Amino acid sequence: MATMRRMEIAADSLYKAKLIRGFCHLYDGQEAVAIGMEAAITKKDSIITAYRDHCTFLARGGTLLEVFSELMGRQGGCSKGKGGSMHFYKKESGFYGGHGIVGAQVPLGVGLAFAQKYSKDGTVAFALYGDGAANQGQLFEALNIAALWDLPAILVCENNHYGMGTAEWRAAKSPAYYKRGDYVPGLKVDGMDVLAVKQACKFAKEHALKNGPLILEMDTYRYHGHSMSDPGSTYRTRDEISGVRQERDPVERVRKLLLSHDLATEKELKDMEKEIRKEVDVAIAQAKESPMPEPYELFTNVYVKGLGVEAFGPDRKEVRALLP
Amino acid sequence: MAAVFQGLGAATAFSVSNSLDSRKFLVSSRKSLSARKASFPVVRSDGSVVPRSNARVRRAEQLITNAVATKPDSSAASTTSKPGHELLLFEALREGLEEEMDRDPHVCVMGEDVGHYGGSYKVTKGLADKYGDLRVLDTPIAENSFTGMGIGAAMTGLRPIIEGMNMGFLLLAFNQISNNCGMLHYTSGGQFKIPVVIRGPGGVGRQLGAEHSQRLESYFQSIPGIQMVACSTPYNAKGLMKAAIRSENPVILFEHVLLYNLKERIPDEEYICSLEEAEMVRPGEHVTILTYSRMRYHVMQAAKTLVNKGYDPEVIDIRSLKPFDLYTIGNSVKKTHRVLIVEECMRTGGIGASLTAAITENFHDYLDAPIVCLSSQDVPTPYAGTLEEWTVVQPAQIVTAVEKLCQ
Repeated sequence: MATMRRMEIAADSLYKAKLIRGFCHLYDGQEAVAIGMEAAITKKDSIITAYRDHCTFLARGGTLLEVFSELMGRQGGCSKGKGGSMHFYKKESGFYGGHGIVGAQVPLGVGLAFAQKYSKDGTVAFALYGDGAANQGQLFEALNIAALWDLPAILVCENNHYGMGTAEWRAAKSPAYYKRGDYVPGLKVDGMDVLAVKQACKFAKEHALKNGPLILEMDTYRYHGHSMSDPGSTYRTRDEISGVRQERDPVERVRKLLLSHDLATEKELKDMEKEIRKEVDVAIAQAKESPMPEPYELFTNVYVKGLGVEAFGPDRKEVRALLP
Repeated sequence: MAAVFQGLGAATAFSVSNSLDSRKFLVSSRKSLSARKASFPVVRSDGSVVPRSNARVRRAEQLITNAVATKPDSSAASTTSKPGHELLLFEALREGLEEEMDRDPHVCVMGEDVGHYGGSYKVTKGLADKYGDLRVLDTPIAENSFTGMGIGAAMTGLRPIIEGMNMGFLLLAFNQISNNCGMLHYTSGGQFKIPVVIRGPGGVGRQLGAEHSQRLESYFQSIPGIQMVACSTPYNAKGLMKAAIRSENPVILFEHVLLYNLKERIPDEEYICSLEEAEMVRPGEHVTILTYSRMRYHVMQAAKTLVNKGYDPEVIDIRSLKPFDLYTIGNSVKKTHRVLIVEECMRTGGIGASLTAAITENFHDYLDAPIVCLSSQDVPTPYAGTLEEWTVVQPAQIVTAVEKLCQ
């Protein structure tokens, strides 16, 4: 979690230094959800989420170098620099991304669950979405489909109470997102407590494999704005943000637990954080050095098996590629 | 990828000069502008092979010796007077589907009323009884989410065939088709492939009304990462269906509502049509007529009149809507120097418009006259029969256009 926190803060400064462009949606404050979920499941289970995916990717086995390379658009990134902040994927560990369009990942998540049921491999699919996406029609369509065929899909609403700039009570008639399933049972979980999240996800996995879909609502909070272009203070007060940071911060909570149960000393934790800071800095330095993608990469991966032709850009001179 | 074959009913002999041209064209610098437009045929129908990889060549040679029933040695073996079996287009689609589902357990079908009901055009009739409810899945009426579901399943390795009951309904799934289906392979840096087939009937039917007579090929053509094909005969319907299922790329297969009851004799042996190749329907000398789907039949009807009037049109069914088979089309343009495009899409932004641009960019020097594109009018399809006839291109208009073009 501390790594994630550091990574997101570093991404913040990289964005301000214009090394990361476009959209950058930061996850700090919500780390407990990613870590808790990962602790409860295996790499064979699938996770799919929306665009706030840096930390989930890290939890699923991605490395810091891959994250920063992708954010800066370098070749070494997890999507070869062609995806960007919103399109992190890791097929080997069952992380299906990384999706820009709000809510579109939920039918995909139900599709993952369908494939799991089809091949009968006893795994589940977690489809994460936010409180803003909870009002999308495709969500209810997907929920109906999942419930109809008892697919092992777990829909997790990461409720950070703000859909970009709109508070949840201004966007939803019923902000009790876990109750919206109607015929699908729902659980509300304290998303800032990593152990609670882990328990809930463990229970959800058992439930989904036996009885079909389940909705989990994670009550969480993000410190940054919706994305880097959003200061985050026009629709909420700074007191609110600092209040949550003081009382419910997930990293602090774990730190207090470790200290009070004598599982680690103050010094060990401080050293760990220094280590993490160094790791992050090393990864950033490495990523800054890494090369940009080659021009011919513009045309690769459009089709799986290309058409065996030579492709070139508008000037017909500089960007040329021979496709497979 | 797969070998291409001449349909029994569909084509006459290919001239040998085509294979020589193919070698010349390979070397020439007149390549098309972007990857999505040009293609290399793997096998010419006269048996000459343009080798791209040893494995493919070997497979192609194997398939050649088995398939074409007009060869004298294979016809002796069949018991009926003519080889192959006769069936309707929707049955051909079903046969292709069934063969692929037998061959690969990952292939599954999902759509509205495809299971117990048997499909609104009977394409999937009987399949649910044979393969079970999970493999031939009846979905609720939620195009956006079941298309998304199919794409999600494809990310893990299944090969779903998503049926839109009418192509127009797939507009509801446009986000999933464009963003997730087309782009996921690219944005994931090649990690995920999406081997889905999205199929369904489209086009103007018999007074079905505006919303059920849509031609979606014009909307989908810009999406990067997908391939689009349109079938027009039972032979190519089965071949394209099989090729689309086996393809690793997402393929959208456009069928036409009015063509489902076409009858044709197709080979008993297994065959696949190439997804990137156009079909030479009638070779000729005076003018190249490019068409696809139902308009092929209007063109052939007009061709009869034209032949009586002394013209010799070359008719090509382009079949592959994305990427265009500029190789076949180019060779034809170089021969005839005049092009007429007959399509059912709207005038603005349709397949014909793109094809006109592509041909002009690449073959401008070979054209003796500007390209004429006959397409449907830019109006919602009216209900009244006479008005509907007026929005779609009719054979008489094709004849007039050819006469004008060949002046």
